[in-house]
Amino acid sequence: MSTVTVSAPQTLRRNRSAPRVRAWARRGPLLPALLFTIVVTQLPFVATLVISFLDWNALYPDRRGFAGLGNYSAVLTDPALRASIGTTALLTVSVVLVSLVLGLGIALLLNRAFLGRGIVRTMLIAPFLVVPVAAALLWKHALYNPEYGLFNGILSAVGGSHAPQPDWISTMPTAAVVAALVWQWTPFMMLILLAGLQSRPPDVIEAATVDGAGPFAVFRYITLPHLRQYLELGGLLGCIYIVQNFDAVFTITSGGLGTANLPYTIYETFYQAHDYGRASAAGVVVVVASIVVATFALRVVSSLFRQEAR
Amino acid sequence: MRRILGVVAWLVGIAFFFPVAWMVFTSLHSEQAAATNPPDVTAPLTLDGYREFFGASTGASPWPYLINSATASLVSTLLVVILAMLAGYALAIRPVRRWTDALFFFLSTKMLPAVAGLLPIYLISQRIGLLDNVWLMVVLYTAMNLPIAVWMMHSFLREVPVAILEAAALDGARLPTVLRRVILPVAAPGVAATALICFIFSWNEMLFARVLTGVVAGTAPVFLTSFVTSQGLFLSKVCAAATVISVPVLAAGFAAQNKLVQGLSLGAVK
Amino acid sequence: MPNLRVRSGRLAAAVLAAGCAAGVLTGCGGAGGGSAGGHSINVLMVNNPQMVDLQKLTAKHFTKQTGITVNFTVLPENDVRDKITQDFSSQAGRYDVASISNFEVPFYAKNGWLDAMDPFLAKDSGFDQHDVLPTMRQSLTGADGKVYGEPFYGESSFLMYRKDVFAAKHLTMPAKPTWQQVADLAAKADGAKPGMRGICLRGQPGWGEMIAPLTTVVNTFGGTWFTKDWQAQVDSGGFKQATQFYVDLVRRHGEAGAAQSGFTECLNGMEQGKVAMWYDATSAAGSLEGQGSPVAGKVGYVPAPVTRTDSSGWLYTWAWGIQKASRHADDAWKFVSWASSAGYEKLVGSTLGWARVPAGKRASTYANPDYQKASAAFYRATQTAITTADPANPGVQPRPTPGIQFVDIPEFTDLGTQVSQQLSGAIAGRTSVPAALRASQRLADAVAKKYR
Repeated sequence: MSTVTVSAPQTLRRNRSAPRVRAWARRGPLLPALLFTIVVTQLPFVATLVISFLDWNALYPDRRGFAGLGNYSAVLTDPALRASIGTTALLTVSVVLVSLVLGLGIALLLNRAFLGRGIVRTMLIAPFLVVPVAAALLWKHALYNPEYGLFNGILSAVGGSHAPQPDWISTMPTAAVVAALVWQWTPFMMLILLAGLQSRPPDVIEAATVDGAGPFAVFRYITLPHLRQYLELGGLLGCIYIVQNFDAVFTITSGGLGTANLPYTIYETFYQAHDYGRASAAGVVVVVASIVVATFALRVVSSLFRQEAR
Repeated sequence: MRRILGVVAWLVGIAFFFPVAWMVFTSLHSEQAAATNPPDVTAPLTLDGYREFFGASTGASPWPYLINSATASLVSTLLVVILAMLAGYALAIRPVRRWTDALFFFLSTKMLPAVAGLLPIYLISQRIGLLDNVWLMVVLYTAMNLPIAVWMMHSFLREVPVAILEAAALDGARLPTVLRRVILPVAAPGVAATALICFIFSWNEMLFARVLTGVVAGTAPVFLTSFVTSQGLFLSKVCAAATVISVPVLAAGFAAQNKLVQGLSLGAVK
Repeated sequence: MPNLRVRSGRLAAAVLAAGCAAGVLTGCGGAGGGSAGGHSINVLMVNNPQMVDLQKLTAKHFTKQTGITVNFTVLPENDVRDKITQDFSSQAGRYDVASISNFEVPFYAKNGWLDAMDPFLAKDSGFDQHDVLPTMRQSLTGADGKVYGEPFYGESSFLMYRKDVFAAKHLTMPAKPTWQQVADLAAKADGAKPGMRGICLRGQPGWGEMIAPLTTVVNTFGGTWFTKDWQAQVDSGGFKQATQFYVDLVRRHGEAGAAQSGFTECLNGMEQGKVAMWYDATSAAGSLEGQGSPVAGKVGYVPAPVTRTDSSGWLYTWAWGIQKASRHADDAWKFVSWASSAGYEKLVGSTLGWARVPAGKRASTYANPDYQKASAAFYRATQTAITTADPANPGVQPRPTPGIQFVDIPEFTDLGTQVSQQLSGAIAGRTSVPAALRASQRLADAVAKKYR
């Protein structure tokens, strides 16, 4: 990876006798972004924390009051929320793994010259560039719909009027959401891995081939280790985005049939049940859990950007 | 073997592209033809879906929504790039102490579930009268994309050779001048990649827009969902709307495929 | 970084082009915003076809007459409810008028979110409140006796069936069928034509989707969600029998993809000849008999099937409510008065056709010869269904709140939706009815506790 090449020696840039003014001059450019991020993304969590201790349902304007830990006990004993944690993990892991594997396969295919490679690559990127809500609507109505969706349309075009007409979303709801997301995220993984493949040092492969290593051995002992960082990067970024996925779950199943993930469940508590107190408590719980997971995940990033961080 | 693999690559490409093509194809049919099973591929093509999208029968124009989306995406992208450039400078070129901590702080905000901030943001913006205001969306999208942009700018600005900076410093150039004259030309590709990614993510965002906008500031993805009705057919309208709304992202992404990779990988892949 | 300059050059061009396009957009965008100056109101409504017609006619007629600009936000049903509750509960005042139903009106009124309409009605003699059907008026009146909503259109539920298919199979539809008769007919009509199923019943999750028809079946089977003193009854007696019956019927002889089928899917199935019967809203008849419908003239209409009660049709209306925080209440009333008037029905009749009139709310509609002619097939059945519905006493036992296909408490949207998700799973065969109802009983009991 070219970023991990260490750039100019730090010592050149550091002025040891810098007085305070200098230090502030250095911090100066950072402050706008830092303050902005803190104010817009961190301060609301303080409000969330406060509201989480209130008994506040917008449907009962007269009953507002202090709830103590009531919302937390409600949230922690709520089977729906617990289920949604499992769903989130399942969705994230399956989408990331499947699209990484598919992306790797496609990247290997695209890493060789063939007629029309540029066109194929462009076609492959398209799913990632469809607006996520649009993609979810497309899958739900134009592809999965049992009456007039494309999948069943193809089945009855091939099999005649007695062809099976499965109800995709009801019979395999989670798989339906996963498939739509994999379709969108495989191109992304493919792009990262393709960039990784193209940065493989050609001389090493050449040397290995000369030494009699077959294509499988080259893949196993040279390509895969080289790609490790890229796989980790793709996995990490995929996780960051898919954990927070809302559009696909909201659109395809409306959280039904056991597909409600955490963002959807919190959204539902806030926006459909209008239970502000409980939604906030759920938010706080999820934030705490995320911090734990994120600390873990950031270790992975740290190792990814290891040389850089030193 | 070689030829077979080429054919396989083509087949995979077509398979992935097919739903997009089907979306466009469906959008060019009448509602009745779009709802047939098996699909009627010989049905006459029509632009009715697009006419509906542009308000033929309702008089509701999508333009205010598209303009809101364009405003929110482009202005927030501009803000993000400026803030991220400055931050990138402080993290990569003349690093502050503990700059790695700052960098990881930015990334960590991206890992917190945004939905947990939705309720307080709704309540606060209602109090201060920012509800249903496109500038609220500008602020939120800026915050949403800033962490990624800071990482990217940091990784791009590390490429700026120190020698140039020293020379500029010797000439007594001030920070804005240095940024504009020295750093920007070197970092231009990185800025472009950052801008592209921020534009796409802002354009795509729906959750916050649904909850926080209404009459005036609704964005294109919100408008898109309004075509789904519980009474009557809507497939061709929805496909037409989905196509139109995806066009800006598709165009920008196709035009700059390599930037897409750089941007999405936070600048780690060049 | 090979080729960087070339690529970034192309990208810069692309970004520049996008920027220019946006500039142009913003330049021409001034006209679209629309809330500045003059009289204008914001209306939030569900995107049903009747509302789309309204949207179409407003600028040309209402705005022309009154000078009041109306900015519409239209959303799908589930979204619109959430958005309305959000806006009204915080009295954010983004919307002056919203489409609300007889479900929301009582507790919205109680919470003080709605403007009472009596003062406006007193001054607006042309509106003729007495022409509004009594069941409608009653269901839009708050506990304090004031009027909080005016209906835009009203509906009940009835059974629709293919007369031609029944004739070909020598089946007879009784004038007042029971559910057992309907189940037998569904079995016989199943497969009457290739790909045709016996009956379409909603199976899509959502308290406004599957729960509406299901609750009417529950009522007539002698079940109820809650007893008068708030004991949840979801996994016992009539509720259990009715649900088992409903799920069995739809699994054996119901439409394909039942667990994802709501009103739209069933309407489509009926029009495309995929089902022989359909139990749903009376407003569907307008579409089935409308222009271009392949089944126009082939459909018969009978009252909602019963078991232990005399009638079982639901009562529902999309009505207009004015937000208390609205700063344009007078203009808002003018809009409501126009949209709910008999004059608007005539306007739709003469410009778009009488089949598309938002009916089911005024007695005068059913006395209008033009309307009678256009809807000869179903207007009597509709009128009877709407006027005989009794929200105060829909089942065999006293209820804690009025309402036929719903329990009139704010929690019901959430409760109904969660229960419907369980039952949708049962229709899809992922779980059994008793298991789904056990889980539902716990949810219902948690809600009932708040009221005991």
